[in-house]
Amino acid sequence: MKVKLPKELTVAFIAVLLGLAAGSVLMALTGNNPFEGFSYLFRGGLMSLERIGNTLATATPLILTGLSVAFAFNTGLFNIGASGQLLFGGFCATAVGLTLVLPKPLILPLMMLAAILGGGLWGVIPGYLKARFNVHEVVATIMMNWISYWTVYYAVPAYFKGQFLETESRKIPDYASLKAGWLTGIFEGSYINLGLIVALAAVAVIALILRKTVLGYELKAAGFNRDASQYAGMNVNRSIILSMAISGGLAGLGGMTLYTGYATSIQIGILPSQGFDGIAVSLLGANTPLGVLFAAVFFGILHSGKGFMNAMTNVPPQIGDTIIATIIYFAATSVFIERGIDTLSKKLKTEGMSLKNLLPRARFRPKSDDGSVDHQSAAETSDDGKER
Amino acid sequence: MESVVEMKHIRKEFPGIVANDDISISLHKGEILALLGENGAGKSTLMSILFGLYAPDEGSIFIQGKETVIQNPTQANSLGIGMVHQHFKLVHNFTITENIILGMEPKKGFSIDTASAAKKIRDLSEHYGLNVDPEAKIEDVSVGMQQRVEILKMLYRDAEVLIFDEPTAVLTPQEIQDLMLIMKNLISEGKSIILITHKLKEIMAVADRCTVIRRGKVVGTVKVSETSQGAMAEMMVGRTVSFTVDKKTASFGEPILTVENLSVINSRKVLGLSKASFTVKKGEILGIAGVDGNGQSELVEALTGLYPLSEGTITLGGVDISRASIRERIHRGLAHIPEDRQRRGLVLEYSLEDNLILEVYASPPFSRCGFLDREEIRANAEKIISEFDVRAGQGAQTPARSLSGGNQQKAIVGREISHDPDLLLAVQPTRGLDVGSIEYIHRRLVEQRDSGKAVLLVSLELDEILDLADRIGVLYHGELSEIYDAKVLDEHSVGLMMAGVQQ
Amino acid sequence: MWTIIVQIFPYAIAFTVPLLITSLGGLFSERSGVVNIGLEGLMVMGSFIAAYTISVLYPVLGDSAVWAGLALAMIGGALFSLLHAFASINLNADQVISGTAINMIAGAITVYFARTITGSGNIHIVSGLGRWDVPLLHRIPVIGSLLFTQTYGTTWLVLAILLLSWYLIYKTPFGLRLRSCGEHPHAADAAGINVFAIRYIGVMVSGAFAGLGGAVILVTYSGEFNGSVAGLGFLALASLIFGQWKPLGILGATFFFGFASTLANVSQVIPELARIPGFILKAFPYVVTLGALILFSKSSQAPRAAGQPFSHDKR
Repeated sequence: MKVKLPKELTVAFIAVLLGLAAGSVLMALTGNNPFEGFSYLFRGGLMSLERIGNTLATATPLILTGLSVAFAFNTGLFNIGASGQLLFGGFCATAVGLTLVLPKPLILPLMMLAAILGGGLWGVIPGYLKARFNVHEVVATIMMNWISYWTVYYAVPAYFKGQFLETESRKIPDYASLKAGWLTGIFEGSYINLGLIVALAAVAVIALILRKTVLGYELKAAGFNRDASQYAGMNVNRSIILSMAISGGLAGLGGMTLYTGYATSIQIGILPSQGFDGIAVSLLGANTPLGVLFAAVFFGILHSGKGFMNAMTNVPPQIGDTIIATIIYFAATSVFIERGIDTLSKKLKTEGMSLKNLLPRARFRPKSDDGSVDHQSAAETSDDGKER
Repeated sequence: MESVVEMKHIRKEFPGIVANDDISISLHKGEILALLGENGAGKSTLMSILFGLYAPDEGSIFIQGKETVIQNPTQANSLGIGMVHQHFKLVHNFTITENIILGMEPKKGFSIDTASAAKKIRDLSEHYGLNVDPEAKIEDVSVGMQQRVEILKMLYRDAEVLIFDEPTAVLTPQEIQDLMLIMKNLISEGKSIILITHKLKEIMAVADRCTVIRRGKVVGTVKVSETSQGAMAEMMVGRTVSFTVDKKTASFGEPILTVENLSVINSRKVLGLSKASFTVKKGEILGIAGVDGNGQSELVEALTGLYPLSEGTITLGGVDISRASIRERIHRGLAHIPEDRQRRGLVLEYSLEDNLILEVYASPPFSRCGFLDREEIRANAEKIISEFDVRAGQGAQTPARSLSGGNQQKAIVGREISHDPDLLLAVQPTRGLDVGSIEYIHRRLVEQRDSGKAVLLVSLELDEILDLADRIGVLYHGELSEIYDAKVLDEHSVGLMMAGVQQ
Repeated sequence: MWTIIVQIFPYAIAFTVPLLITSLGGLFSERSGVVNIGLEGLMVMGSFIAAYTISVLYPVLGDSAVWAGLALAMIGGALFSLLHAFASINLNADQVISGTAINMIAGAITVYFARTITGSGNIHIVSGLGRWDVPLLHRIPVIGSLLFTQTYGTTWLVLAILLLSWYLIYKTPFGLRLRSCGEHPHAADAAGINVFAIRYIGVMVSGAFAGLGGAVILVTYSGEFNGSVAGLGFLALASLIFGQWKPLGILGATFFFGFASTLANVSQVIPELARIPGFILKAFPYVVTLGALILFSKSSQAPRAAGQPFSHDKR
C-alpha cells in the first residue's frame, strides 16, 4: 500500500482535474463562464471563517463514510451500503437524543454509541451473510440500503413526527446536539460541530488499527486472501463480520454528525448521498485514512460552495454533484490514467528526463541480486500466473 | 518429409525476459512431436505464438509450406490448428454439443440447429473412439471426458494440427492410457500432433520426435526411438540429473502422529476418505502416493483442521487433536507446506516479512498487547531469508507477489521449518518448480527427517515419493493402502496400487 | 377482497412494467458478464430524455410525441450506458464503482440540465400515454377485467420484448454466445467470439431497456421528471437476482415485487389494507431477495464471470 501511494496520488490528482474539466465543459455548454463559476464555487467554500466552518461541517460525514468505505476496501470488502448505515445510525442517535433528557456530556456518548450500534448492525448483517452463506456484500449492502430507507421512512413519522413537516423528525434539542457554542463562535456562526473532532479521532484510530495492530494485520489478511488466512489459523468469518461491523459503525457515526450536528432533524424519503460520496472520497484518498481526510475536505468545498455559486451565477448547484460523480468515474478508470502516466514517463525518459525523479517511490520491477536467476524466475512466475 | 508446421527463428521478449530466443521447430505430417522443457522454459509462449495469442518479435511461421502471419486464434483455427488447453475452455452449464458448436453454430431459420450438430458430433466421436454423450452437461461429466470434448471441438473445426498442452496433468493413469490411444488414432487418421510436456515417460510412450527447449532456446531435436529418458532429462536441465536423493538410513523413533479410522465426508457430500489409519514416527518421511482426487485433499484438510473430519481420531504428540482448531494444531507442532502456495501459503499483497509471521503474528515476540513489533518481524524475516536462501530484490520488504515461484516456496518452507515443528506436512512441495529449487527443497525435507523430526509427504509425483519416503502408503478411491517399507516397493508396484490393483 | 384486487391490479401492472423491462436489461448485461448497478441512473436518464423530448415535440406531434419520447429514451439510455461499457470492458474498471458513478452522474447531470431548461429541477409532460381496452379479450370474464381492460400500449410492448428476449437468449446463436461470455469468456474467446463486442451489446441493451423503463414510468403513472426514480433501478436489480437471471423468473419477481409495492402505496386509501404496515410491504422485496441469496447460495444461477474483466493476455 505504502509503496504505491505516490502513483495513486498522481492518479487522484488527474481524476480531480478531469472532473473539474468535465464541470467546465458542462458550464460552458449551458452558456456560463466556467472561470467565473469555479471562482464563486471555491470562494463559496473558503472565503470566510463561517464558510470554512460550513465546508468542514459538510466534510464531517464524508470523512466518516469515506473511512467506512476505505476500511472495508482495506479488508477486501466493498461496502456500498454506507448510505443505509449512515441513515440508520443517524436515526438511532436521533431517537436517543429525542427520547432521553440528560446533560450533554452524558447524552452525546450515548447517542454515539447508538449511532455506532445502529450503523454497525446494518454492516454486521451483510458481513454475516458473506461469512456464513458467501452472499456477495455488494448485493447485500444494496438491499440493506433500501431496508434502511423504508425503516426510517415509516419509523420517523410514527414515533418522532415533526411539528410542521410530515417528512422530518422533531428538532434535536440543544443538549443533544453536536453543535457547541465555542466552536460555532470561532467560525462565526457556521454549522461546524463537535462531529469534526469525532471524525478526526476516527481517522487517527483507523490509521492506527490498519498500520500497527494485530487486528489490522488479521483483517487485511482475510481481505486479501481468505484461504491463506484460514490456513494460518485465523478466524476468517469473524474477520469479515468484524470488518463490516467497524465499517458500518463508522458510517453510523457519520449519520449522527449529519442529523444531530450539521442538521437539526432527520429527513425521510431520501437515501443520503453521503454514503455514495464516501466511495468517491475513499477512492480519491487512495483508501488511506489521511487521504480520506483530504478528499472529504475537498468534496466539502464543492458541496458547500455550490449554493453561493448558484446565487451569484446561473449555474445550477448540481454542478458540484456532477463533478464528484465524474471524479468517481475517472477514479474507477484509473487504469486509463495510469497508462497515460506510463506513456508520459516513457516519453520523458527517452528525452533524457526521468519521471522516476518526480515519483521517487513508484512501483518498479524488483531486481534480483543474481542476474542469471532473474530470467528464469520471471518466466516461472508468469507460468504460475497463468494458472490463476 | 512434408512439414505441416514450421516455425523459424522465433524470438519473443517480455519485459525483463527473452521467452523465446531464435527457436525453430518443424512438425511433420502424421507424427507426434514432443516439446520438452521445464516450467518457464518457453514452451507455452511458443505455442501461444503458433496459436495466434502473441505476435512474435522476429521469425516466421510456415503452414503447409506457405508463410503465414497468425493474428488470432480464430485465424489459427481456420488454418487447421487447434489447441487443447491445459485448463479446459468449456462452459460448465452448457451441453457438450453447445460447447462444441459455440462460435460456429449451424442454423435452422434463426434458431440453432442442435439436432444436426449433435448427430455430427456423435459420428465424429464414434469415428475416433472418443465415447462422449453430446447431450450431457459439462458439469456432470468426468475430467477425462471434458478433455475429449476439447479434442472433439478441434475435430469439429476440421483441425489438421492438434496442440496438446500438458494434457495428462489432470488425468488418472487409466485416462492417460486412453488418451495415448486416442492420440495414436488421430495420427493414423493423418492428423499431426504437438505434445507439450515435461514428463519423459509420456514422450517415450507416444512421441516420434522430441524438441527440447531450455531457457528460451532450442537445445536439440532427437528421435525418441534413438534416445533415453536420461539423455532427454540432461538436455532439459543442462546438466546430469541424479534421480535419487542422497540420504542416510532412517532411524525411526517413537510415533509422533497417529491417525485412526479417519473418515471425511467432503463438501460435495461424498465420503472422500474412508477409515484411514497410519502413524508417522520421529526420524522418518512417510510418503502418501496416489492420483489426484483420490482423497489427498480430504486427508490433508482433516489433518490441518481446514475441514472437519466425520469420524476417527488424530493424535499428535500424545494429544488428541481431532477437533482442535487450526491454530491449536500449529501450536502443538504441526507445520504445513500447502499444495497451492499462492492460494493458501501466502498473502501475495503482503510483504515477505509479513508473510513470514502468518501463523505467529499474534504471539510474542512479534506482537505485544495487540500491537505489532516491527523490529522483531524484520529480524525474523532476515533470519529466514538468509538461512533458506530466499532471493528477494528488496529483502524483507519485497512484496510476496514479485518473488519467483521457487523463492515463494522457499519462503514458505523456511517459515514452516522455523516453527521447529514435530511434524512437517508437505503437500506437493515442488509443484511447478525448476530443478534447482526441487533439489533444494528435497534436501531440506531430508534434513528435517535426519534431525529426528517427522515428515508426512503427500505428492502426486510418484518419483518424488520413491526418492524421499522411508515408508509409503497409497490412496485410491478414498482408501489408504497398507503402509509398506519403501525398500520393498518399486515404481511398478506403487503404480499398480495407484490404479487400484490389490496385491 | 376481489373488488380490491380488481381495483389495484392496473396499478400493480403499471408499476411492474418499468421494473420488468429494466430488470430484463440488467439480464442482458449480466449474462454478457458485466454487472450493472447503474440501472437506476440509466432509468433517470431515460425519464429525463423522454420528458424533454415530449415537452419539446408535443406542440408539433401531439400525442405521438410520447412514442418519440420513448424511442429517444431508449437510444439515449444505450448511448449513456457506453460510459459504463467503456470503463468495464476496455479499461477493466471495477464494475461496481463504474455503475455507482453512472447513478451519480445521471442523478446530477439531468437535474442540472432540467434546471437550466425549466428553472426548476422538474419537467412536466402535458400528455401521458392513453389507456385502451384490448378488443374482444377484455370481455373474457375475470381475466378480461384484470388483464385486458384499461391497458397501456407500453405494457404489451414490454411483454413482446420479454418473449423476444427469451427466444433470443435460449434459442439463437447470439444467445448462446451471450451466455458463454457471462459464464466463461475465455471459452468464448477461444471459440472465436468477440467477447468485447458481445459485452458492448449486453451493456447497451441494458441501457436501452432501462432508459425505456424510466420513460415508461414518466408516460404512465408519474407524468413528471424530478431527477429520481425512487430506487426502482435497485428494485429491478433485486428482481434480477430473485428471478435468478432468467427471463421468466424476472417476470415473476417483478410482478411479485410490483404487487407488494402497489399494496403499500394504496394502503392509505383502502382501509382494508391499512392494517398491513407499509413498512413490511415496502421492505419486503429487499428482505426476500436477501433470503433468496441465502437460499440459492449453493446453487446460484448467477453468471460465473459477471463482474470480472476480460483480457486476452490472461489465458
